[in-house]
Amino acid sequence: MSNIVEIRWHGRGGQGAKTASLLLADAAFNTGKYVQGFPEYGPERMGAPITAFNRISDKRSYLHCNIYEPDYVVVVDATLLTAVDVTGGLKKDGAILINSSKSPEELRPLLAGYEGEVYTVDAGKISEEELGRNFPNTPMLGAVVKVSGLIPEDQFVKDMEHSMHHKFANKTSVIEGNMKALRRSMQEVKGL
Amino acid sequence: MIYIKDASQNPNWDEMSRGGTILGGGTSLQVRTGDWRIMIPGWVEEKCKQCFLCFPVCADSAIPIENEKRTDFDFKHCKGCGVCYKVCPFGAITFEKEGK
Amino acid sequence: MAIRERLSGNEAVAMALKQIDLDVMAAYPITPSTEVPQYFSQFVADGKAGTEFVAVESEHSAMSACIAAVACGGRAATATSACGLALMWELLYVASGTRLPVTLAVINRSLSAPININNDHSDSMGARDSGWIQLYSENNQEAYDNQIMSIRIAEHKDVMLPVMVCQDGFITSHAIENIELLEDEAVTKFIGEYAPDWSLLAGNPVSVGPLDTPQFYFEHAYQRARAMAGSKKVILDVFKEFGELTGRKYELFEQYRMEDAERAIIILNSSAGTARCVCDELRDRGEKVGIIKLRVFRPFPMEELAEALSHVKAVAVMDKADSFSAIGGPVFTDVRSACYDLEKRPHLINYIYGLGGRDVRLEDIRLVYNALSEVVEAGKPGEIYRHVGVRGV
Repeated sequence: MSNIVEIRWHGRGGQGAKTASLLLADAAFNTGKYVQGFPEYGPERMGAPITAFNRISDKRSYLHCNIYEPDYVVVVDATLLTAVDVTGGLKKDGAILINSSKSPEELRPLLAGYEGEVYTVDAGKISEEELGRNFPNTPMLGAVVKVSGLIPEDQFVKDMEHSMHHKFANKTSVIEGNMKALRRSMQEVKGL
Repeated sequence: MIYIKDASQNPNWDEMSRGGTILGGGTSLQVRTGDWRIMIPGWVEEKCKQCFLCFPVCADSAIPIENEKRTDFDFKHCKGCGVCYKVCPFGAITFEKEGK
Repeated sequence: MAIRERLSGNEAVAMALKQIDLDVMAAYPITPSTEVPQYFSQFVADGKAGTEFVAVESEHSAMSACIAAVACGGRAATATSACGLALMWELLYVASGTRLPVTLAVINRSLSAPININNDHSDSMGARDSGWIQLYSENNQEAYDNQIMSIRIAEHKDVMLPVMVCQDGFITSHAIENIELLEDEAVTKFIGEYAPDWSLLAGNPVSVGPLDTPQFYFEHAYQRARAMAGSKKVILDVFKEFGELTGRKYELFEQYRMEDAERAIIILNSSAGTARCVCDELRDRGEKVGIIKLRVFRPFPMEELAEALSHVKAVAVMDKADSFSAIGGPVFTDVRSACYDLEKRPHLINYIYGLGGRDVRLEDIRLVYNALSEVVEAGKPGEIYRHVGVRGV
């Protein structure tokens, strides 16, 4: 089981954390990996805390339970840091990535004594500047690929461009905005 | 696969059609509902005007039409409901106790 | 050539139904099965499936329409969950009693009340005696494969029974995982043409669903019972042929590390995978443990299971549904009955687990294997009707 990378996403209903987890599964799938991408379903509504999961591995994983000891935690909304035990079970040699304008050092005191690596990226700002609205999942996806090293970066960027052309064939501005957001988030993530 | 030829037969399970589907049309002819009769209608040919009010109301198709004329009742299937007797305006259909 | 894809369980089922190229789908939405008709209706709208999609007003009507379509000589399927399956109840018996090979994707969800949208098996387990063949699926791949194979099984002349293919709501229905798809042509070739020996639209008139008096009803019930018993051979033949096509070999149940197992867990659907991981972990420590994953629950593989359990010391049967009989869940009572004629019966205990979407964790499975160790040590089962994962128990 050691070759399985487990990721837990924390977000709020409507922010796209589930979509981001599915996009990451897609990206990893495109590099030949076995993937799982699944949300924890509950009484979801806009703004309610939600959790989503990824397992990424070289062989098929047969586990069908939630993830309790993730290698990585991704927090799409920093206000969850004080509302949810985001570092619960997070491996010491893993990492947490938070959507925030603050630095990792500034946020570490909110992480219940977590001693592993902390990264931040201002996905909200990047999204607003490149896409004109706060839609943080694309930049978060770029940052998690950067931080985890799960997928070769060049291939990831190429794949994303390809699938965006597929999805938004007639909206070049959307493709450009998303690709810029993706590249910026990979460069601007703090804590590396 | 065969269907039941007559309700009085008692075929074995493997002689019956799957799921009771009746394979074939007009199979009600093979069920002798005439046995159920308590009352019996009678056709009075000389009073009959061949107006055809009776045969469409017969629920058992027990009033045969031959060469565009109604003929005597099909007593193998007439259940003796009396609807034909009620609709006949000419008193050409009697209705009394069976076996009287 | 297999197609490498990643799909959720619901997408996988919709894809299978598209490749089967149904004549009719009649469906009514209910969580978590809604996506099946949703994706499927998109295929129809895009011209990718030549199917008449009937948006009915209830599940009762959905099953009625499927029954009618199959009686007209077509292939028809629907999908549902939980209360939707409950509302179909009356028609489930009509489909099997009329011997019409309807197929149904059940995305397992708990039954109300209290209302809950998450996974357990109370819906399909409640329908286990409705004369439907039941296939269970661990993941998206098995759901896809079972759905395709269900056509061949249902329509076989020696069977002519409806088939429901079950998978776990949300846990697999909404989880994206890798999957290998068949080419459309391979599916078409595998399932062949549906050629019933009668149909309402064929030249010769037939009457479907007539009154069956006491003079005849019992014989028809016996026919259905014989068909269910005889379907086992057909199921195995279809599994074998599918294995030759895909390399994925299926049996009535999968035996995992059972060769010399002293303790075994019997389980079905998604948690079988989680259990396998615990089994590996214990095997690495030298413990003789195994797993039996049931794929076919109806017909129930009684002799085969008894044989597989004949050398085992203690067995835990996992039920994701409680039958409220106060003596255990539905899988348990059947497995226990299967073992009755064994010369050396294993000790059998029952665990009700995972109701209403309670996550089934590795430590839950570890607890069960530990309990089996205690049973073996004590030489008696103790309490047989147990629960795992309930707070306070």
